[in-house]
Amino acid sequence: MIPPPFTYAAPTSLEEALALLQQHGPMAKILAGGHSLLPMMKLRLLEPEVLIDLRRVPGLDEIREENGYLHLGAMVREVELEEHPLIREKYPLLYETTRWIADPQVRNMGTIGGNLAHGDPGNDHPATMMAYDAQLVAVGPRGERVIPAREFFLDFYTTALEPDEILTAIRIPIPPPRSGGAYEKLERKVGDYATAAVAVQLSLAEDGTLSYVGIGLTNVAHVPLFAARSCAHLQGQRPTPERIDEAAQMASEDCNPRSDLRGSAEYKRAMVRELTRRAFRRALERAQGG
Amino acid sequence: MATQKVTVTLTVNGTTHTAEVEPRLLLVHFLREHLNLTGTHIGCDTTHCGACTVLMNGRAVKSCTVLTVQADGATIKTIEGMAENGQMHPLQEGFHVEHGLQCGYCTPGMIMRAAELLARNPDPTEEEIRWGISGNLCRCTGYVNIVKAIQYAARKLREREQAAAGS
Repeated sequence: MIPPPFTYAAPTSLEEALALLQQHGPMAKILAGGHSLLPMMKLRLLEPEVLIDLRRVPGLDEIREENGYLHLGAMVREVELEEHPLIREKYPLLYETTRWIADPQVRNMGTIGGNLAHGDPGNDHPATMMAYDAQLVAVGPRGERVIPAREFFLDFYTTALEPDEILTAIRIPIPPPRSGGAYEKLERKVGDYATAAVAVQLSLAEDGTLSYVGIGLTNVAHVPLFAARSCAHLQGQRPTPERIDEAAQMASEDCNPRSDLRGSAEYKRAMVRELTRRAFRRALERAQGG
Repeated sequence: MATQKVTVTLTVNGTTHTAEVEPRLLLVHFLREHLNLTGTHIGCDTTHCGACTVLMNGRAVKSCTVLTVQADGATIKTIEGMAENGQMHPLQEGFHVEHGLQCGYCTPGMIMRAAELLARNPDPTEEEIRWGISGNLCRCTGYVNIVKAIQYAARKLREREQAAAGS
């Protein structure tokens, strides 16, 4: 399959990329790794007139901690997250999420920014960024603005990005000591989108109560979900098995899966409940230094 | 819309090529149809099967999902670039000796992915090999021998490394 014709530009600065985006408006698409965009173009689900490739724009591939945040450039490739010692040691939720995405070749090309900006509820990073309470940095003609991940996903393939804005970075709050996270994903085969997946990030206070809980759900609604009621039920509480079960039950009630080839809606709700339990338990073990 | 042509320069198996291409030309078509390097196969054409895997700047990529213009300036290696001085690469030898292929359609992609895997992890466990080739499908389902072939190559490459270090 051959994509429909388009005009290609590979700007060498963010300013140039923004100018091109303004010039071509909604007929242009930003090209990062291309591993969501090109398959959609081949299937004629998308026929952009212009592709603006960010690969030559400097400064979009950095991984560093600064001012209380882990800063990830939008063009950081999945494989770079997978291989980075800092991510592996200190951000197990992000590390696990990345490992579950597609397959090695796709992770060699796919970027974290593309995974988020694509707005696909089946993508894995959105739930994880909601669990971390991450911030997404967008740059446009009106300057830079910061969008909380929990407010970024508006509808099916629709994000809070304006047509003239480019997602440039993701900022994850550096977890305090006694924090842990885990990603639990059920898939039919390696590389598939999730039947259901759950991201959990948590922190423990000195007295053993939960000082932070973030839970995100993948592919069980038309958008990635933040499990707000489950988080509120756990926040400030002791993580007893009963309370974890109750929070997991709430997540299964608050999601809105559709029956499809991956399973019935009822099955997916049951999986959300179980995966929430499992992810929470593993996150807790990590926070307790287990 | 007048068709745009973009000038690209790629180094493929050690030879530098400059060409004018349509932006929509996929890397796999550039390799197969412009350079006649038909060892890289097109399987599913949807980023699943891995038959079209080549190395781009040392990383295994599915060339049916890479635009040629994205590879401008890159170094590409295909199955045709694996043998050196008429000698098969240890991976090619391994697939031969261990019967790592039946119909052979997935083999070039399997070998290119395995080449990246061994470059980054010279002594992988069986699990790491299986995880490592999870983006490559063999519809003959000959995975057991494919794993053995990669283990054979890993051994050979390590022996070669040790011999080079010892001499």
